Order: sequence, then structure tokens, then C-alpha cells
Amino acid sequence: MDINQYLDMFIEESKEHLQFMNEHLLSLEKNPEDKDLINEIFRIAHTLKGMSGTMGFVKISNLTHEMENLLDAIRSNEIEICSEIVDLLFSCFDMLDMYINNIINTGQEGEQDSSKLIQQLNSMLNKGKNSFSSENLIINNSNNGVKKYKFDEHVAKAIIEAKSKGLNVYSLLIKLSENCILKSARAFIVFNTLEAYSDIIHSYPSAEDIEDEKFNYEFVLTLITKKTKDEVKKDMLNISEIVDVKIEDVVIENTDSLEKIELDNTNTDANIDDINEAQDTNDIHPVSNLNKEEAANEKKKASNVIGKTVRVDIDRLDNLMNLVSELIIIKTRLEDGGYIERNNLNEAIEYLERITTSLHDAVMKVRMVPIERVFNRFPRMVRDLAKELGKEVELEMSGEETEVDRTIIDEIGDPLVHLIRNSLDHGIESPEVRVSRGKLPVGKIKLKAYPDGNNVVIELEDDGSGIDIEKVKRKAVEKGILTQAEASELSDNEAIELLFRPGFSTADSVSDVSGRGVGLDVVKSKIESINGIVEVETSHYKGSKFSIRLPLTLAIIQALLINIKEETYAIPLSSIKEIATIHNSEIRKIQNQEVVLFRNNTLPIIRLNRILGVMDSDENEENTLVVVKKGEKEAGLIVDKLIGQQEIVIKSLGKYLQGIPYLAGATILGNGQISLILDVNSLF
Amino acid sequence: MDNFNTNTKYVVFKMNNEHYGIDIANVKSIERIQSFTRVPNSPIYVKGVINLRGEVVPIIDLRLRFQLPYKELDSNSRIIIVFVNDIEIGLLVDSSSEVIEISPQDIDNPPTIKDSSTEGFIKGIGKKDEKLIILIDLEKVIGLKEIEQAS
Repeated sequence: MDINQYLDMFIEESKEHLQFMNEHLLSLEKNPEDKDLINEIFRIAHTLKGMSGTMGFVKISNLTHEMENLLDAIRSNEIEICSEIVDLLFSCFDMLDMYINNIINTGQEGEQDSSKLIQQLNSMLNKGKNSFSSENLIINNSNNGVKKYKFDEHVAKAIIEAKSKGLNVYSLLIKLSENCILKSARAFIVFNTLEAYSDIIHSYPSAEDIEDEKFNYEFVLTLITKKTKDEVKKDMLNISEIVDVKIEDVVIENTDSLEKIELDNTNTDANIDDINEAQDTNDIHPVSNLNKEEAANEKKKASNVIGKTVRVDIDRLDNLMNLVSELIIIKTRLEDGGYIERNNLNEAIEYLERITTSLHDAVMKVRMVPIERVFNRFPRMVRDLAKELGKEVELEMSGEETEVDRTIIDEIGDPLVHLIRNSLDHGIESPEVRVSRGKLPVGKIKLKAYPDGNNVVIELEDDGSGIDIEKVKRKAVEKGILTQAEASELSDNEAIELLFRPGFSTADSVSDVSGRGVGLDVVKSKIESINGIVEVETSHYKGSKFSIRLPLTLAIIQALLINIKEETYAIPLSSIKEIATIHNSEIRKIQNQEVVLFRNNTLPIIRLNRILGVMDSDENEENTLVVVKKGEKEAGLIVDKLIGQQEIVIKSLGKYLQGIPYLAGATILGNGQISLILDVNSLF
Repeated sequence: MDNFNTNTKYVVFKMNNEHYGIDIANVKSIERIQSFTRVPNSPIYVKGVINLRGEVVPIIDLRLRFQLPYKELDSNSRIIIVFVNDIEIGLLVDSSSEVIEISPQDIDNPPTIKDSSTEGFIKGIGKKDEKLIILIDLEKVIGLKEIEQAS
């Protein structure tokens, strides 16, 4: 069977499931007691296991299987949930996410090994079980913890039998002195002593390992005896070089849990041997390890790249279908041209116009995805970063349902990550500083998206320290970007603009998170590349707000068509401020730059024909000036003739002509001619 | 036809009374001349872009690329649409004549004399029925690197 045809579906669905898993994990961290969440995560893991199993992705199905085991134990109250477990689940989530990403890029799961995670899951599972069966046994001591030991079926039966005969079943944690030289000999004495009056039914590490000295100064024995705890303990402490003995009753609640134990054993026996290793590495951060592997993996070139997909609501497709059928109707009507009287033709054209407009809307809607797809990774990111930086941060998100074109979704993620990292690192202060400034210790980051006309606005607001404008100016002077005099004349807005320069950073030290000065200029250029704008509002000590304004879609825009000599060019309407006529005598030259005084501002003039390699036209007295804006900046473009406003479909110029300056693409006009679209942002 | 499997088919076109050949595997279609839209600031030999059934396709003027003398477009002029390295591009040629098959043993190495303007663009010289056919190396003709330098 060729499974490739299902791959897209698999990826889409897995991504969705992972998204939910992430959300649920985050809420679980806040409400660890919520059993519904556990159930939900369990269900997701289960679904993923099934899906990946069908697709032959063994690693995913193995990992999810182990997650299931742990989650199942939690939901049946065998294990108490703790932050360690949540962290571990997060690590598993990261691993799954990475597998899915590998599949997207290469069609394969990739080489990453999840056995460590599986080990951790298992040890967590057993640890939890242990604490259940012998509650007071030290279970969570990272130095010596009885990380795990397991009863197999026979042992469990023996315990139950012994209990039914009224015998005592104890667990002993025996700790040898660290000076002990012959550990195995000492252990042998322990075994001998105990075997005189009891039945040792289980030991961890195994008896063989103890004989071979494969243990760290302590081991756990389970034994059946008639003696009391105190007697056993006394006997043990009589042996020299034994520093501590902990002894507890072994309790098995009911046969259900016995079955449980049997069940789990089949999956986990193999891992017992790896315990020592797992113990040592228990505190590693799997994520950082994985990143390296991920980087290494990225080098392997994608062989089976999967195209971008969009999941579409069936209603939207139906709507599209309806419009297309109407289009066919109008086409047949036009084909019967002979019958159509003059005014009927006009009617038909109007009808056609209406249909194409609706069709445009419908197609746009099909391409739209909720911005949630980008946002949903941020809570996790903020949580991790805040932990790392020792800050307390609350992320408040709203407007996740705002819809944006798929192509924009793909582009907007990285800039937002940069901005959020910035806010966390430079914006939000440490809790102590916050308190000293009279703020709540928990910082707040608000991420908000909302539609605004033909734009989507994304705002990122924090109540941190804001931007210290004086410091920005000082840095600029230090770096030789500005002179002292220039700096003092700089307006606040202009100073903030400096932050977007490549290599500019106000951070005194470079941290892992940010401060290298690569962030904001990348953000800006990325956003401008998708025709968006970034604006900053800030007030020192109070916080800052970054607003990103994006077009709803990239594919179809409103544009002004103009002529330069015979050639037609399109200027995106979104960057046009106004159109004016200026007299030749108004144009002045300042330092080789032509300017005009326009509405009391000096406006630089760009003669489009010169930039575009067209001969100067005969001197006109009057010039048509198209005033364009880029952020705060404005410029006037001199054109020969205005044609009019039109809706245009943006087409790429292709790989071959990419990088040609001043052009953003091309569009095909009604007469079949190609007109080039000017990239206003690159003009000045 | 004795070497059926190893023979390669070439689309042959004429420029300046010389025959040139392109591997047919790279050729998508041959189009008549239509109106070009000039692309400002592009390399000199980029004639412009055309609307090829809704796609924007850049056109290279091969005469300019090979530094041959200028010639007016006429009714024989053709655009050969080729695919190279996933890039769709049109080549403007004087005329296109036929598709021929050349067996590998009839292909000679390109001349090594350095004065030719087509130096470097030639993959080999094919011989067929007394005609010499210059087989061109499309990747070099399109030369993405040069584009980057030019812009």
C-alpha cells in the first residue's frame, strides 16, 4: 500500500493533535489536579499512537505508547502528578513535535533517539508505583533514590500469597557506608543474614548485579518473613559498614493493580538494566540535546518535501463551488451573445463582476487560517524562557481567531518570536526590580491580534522597563552612528528607529536570549518583505508596545497603475498617501537630492524614469507626484501619467529575476500585458 | 536508429545562420513572438517578461547573450521555453527548424579556441547530415551567478 497519499493528512492531523497537547499540557501545569486534562492528553497520545502506527512511524508510536502508560497510571491515581512529570511530558511533546517536523521536511521521522525519554517515562512510572506500594521509602532523593524497581508477576503473586498466609512482606533500603571496599561481600552478608529467617523474593539491582558490585552503596530488597520490622532492622544494623536501613511494609491494594503491574512489566522489563544511566542523566534537559541533533539533521537535505497545505472548512468550498457554477452560467449566457441586446450585455457584465468579486472573497477565505497557528506555540515558549531567565511572566493572548492568509502565517512566526524574546529579556524586569518599581512581581505580556480594514494588526505589549531613549542615543553616539549634536536633536521616534538598524543593541551584555543586535532589524525586514509595518510605542519604566500591521493577503492587492513613457507600472495602494501636482519651479536641489516643499514638509523627490532606466521626457511644466510612505518616511514619485486604481493579482517574477531592485513582482493586466509592480519600500 | 536508447533528441534553432541545439528534455514549448515587458535594471540580455498563459516568464535574448549582431524581430523569430533547474525561462532565437537525433559518437568536444563569443556556452558540436550543430549548455547560458553580479 502506498501510504504517501495519506502523509499530508497524517501531518495535518498530527499537527492539530500536537497543538492540543501543547495547550492541555500548559493548562495541566496550572491545574495539575484536573483529571479531564489528563484524560484529554491521554486520548491525544493514544490517537497519535494509532495514526503513527498505521503510517509506520515506529518512533512516534513507541514514544506515545510510553506516554500513554504514564498518563494512564496518573489518571487511575497510581501516580501523583508532579512538576517533574509535566516537564517530562513537555520533553516528550518536543520530541514528537520534532518527529513530525522531520516528517514534514523529509518524509522520515529522522534519527533522533527517544529511548532516553522512554526510560525517563518508565522510571517515573515505577517511581510513582513504588511510592504507592511502600510509601515511606525514599523515592525522590536524587542522590540515592530508589528510582525504580518492579515486581514481576511471580513476585507479586508471592507477595499476595504471603500476605494471605499472614506473613510480613517488607521492602528494605539498605545503605552501605561509602567507605565500604568490598560492597558485594557486605551485600552477601546481608543476603545471608536475611535468608536465615526470610525469603528474599526480589532485589534491586538484581542479585547478579549486586554480586558484581554493579550498584552504588545501596540496594533494595523485598522479603517475606515472620519477623517484625524492628527485628529485621536491628539485625541489619548489626552488620558493619551498613549506615542506614529503611524498612517498609509492601502493600498491594487489590488484584487490579496486580494486573496493572503485570501489564506494565511486559513493556518495561528491558529498561531496568539502564536504570543507573537514567539515574545519572535524570536531570538533563532533553530539549537542548535535541536541538543539536536537530541542527545536524537539518543539514541532511530534504528528499521528500511535502507541500504546504491548508485545511478548509467544507462550507467554504461549497461556497466556492456555487460561485464557479454561477460563473459557468454567465459564461453560457455570454456565449449566446447574439441574443443579448446592448443593455443586457451590460447587465451580464455587472453580474460577472459581482461573481468575480465574490469568488475573490471566497478564495481568499479558503486561504485564510486563524492566527492561532502561530500564537499557540508562544505560551510554551514564554513559560520556558521565563523559567530560564528567572522571571515571572504571564502571557495574555487575545484575538487568536483572527484570520490571516496562509503565506503570511508562515512568515510572521519568526518576527514574533524575536519580539517576544526581546520583551522577556529586555522588557520584563526581574521580580525584585519590579517590586522596587512599584509593579506587581509578575510581568505581563499581552499579545493581541485583530482585523482592521484590509489589515491585520498584531500588538505585543509588555509592562516592563520600556525603551530607554537616552540610552539608545548614547549607544548610537558610542557606535559612531550619530554625532553628539545629531543625537540631541533626534526625536523619540527617530531614536526608536535606530533600534531597527542592523547590529544595534542596547543590551549591555549579550545573552543567550537576545542582545546580539540581530533581532529587530530582522523583524523589520521580514515584516516589510510581506508588506507590513512595525511601529513602537514606549515609555521608560512603564513598558513598550510593538504593533505589526499586515495586509490580509498577499495575493491580490489594490494598486495604482501609472505610466512612465509607454511602460505601465503598478504601485500598491497601501503605500500611497496622496497624489498631487507640482510645478517644476517648486523642485529644489539640496545636496544633490531633489526635494519639494509639500504641506510644510520637505519631501524628497524620486524620478521614477531615472531609476527604471527610461529616458527623461520633455520638460513638463507640471509634474504628477505620487506621495508614498514607508513607515514614518515619505517620498514623492514623479510619474508621467496616472491610469487608475485597479485590483491586481501579484505574480512572482520567478527565481531567475529575483533580486532585481525596485520590483516587487508582476501582474497581468486586462489586455494580457504584463505590468511590473514597484517595491516602494526599496525606493528610499 | 541502431543506437536508439543512447541517442538524444535536440531541438535545433538558427541564429546568425548557425545551427544550435538544445536537449529536448529541457524544452517545454516553442512560442511565437508576443509583446515583452521590459524589466528595468535586469541584465542587458534579458529581453523582458512575457505572459505565457497566465505565467510570468522571463526571456533571454540569445543574440545578446552570445554577443551576436542585432537583428530585428520578424515572423520567423521564436521563443523556446525551457526548464533548467526548476527555472522556467524563454530563449529568443531567430527561428526554430526541427527536432533531430544525434548519437553520442557524432558529438565532438567544443573548440578550445578562446576567441569565440559563445565560449563556455557550448557543450559540444553535433554532426548530422553535413550540418554542424552547436549544442549549448543551458545552465551556463542562464547563469544564475551572473545574474546576481549584474544586479
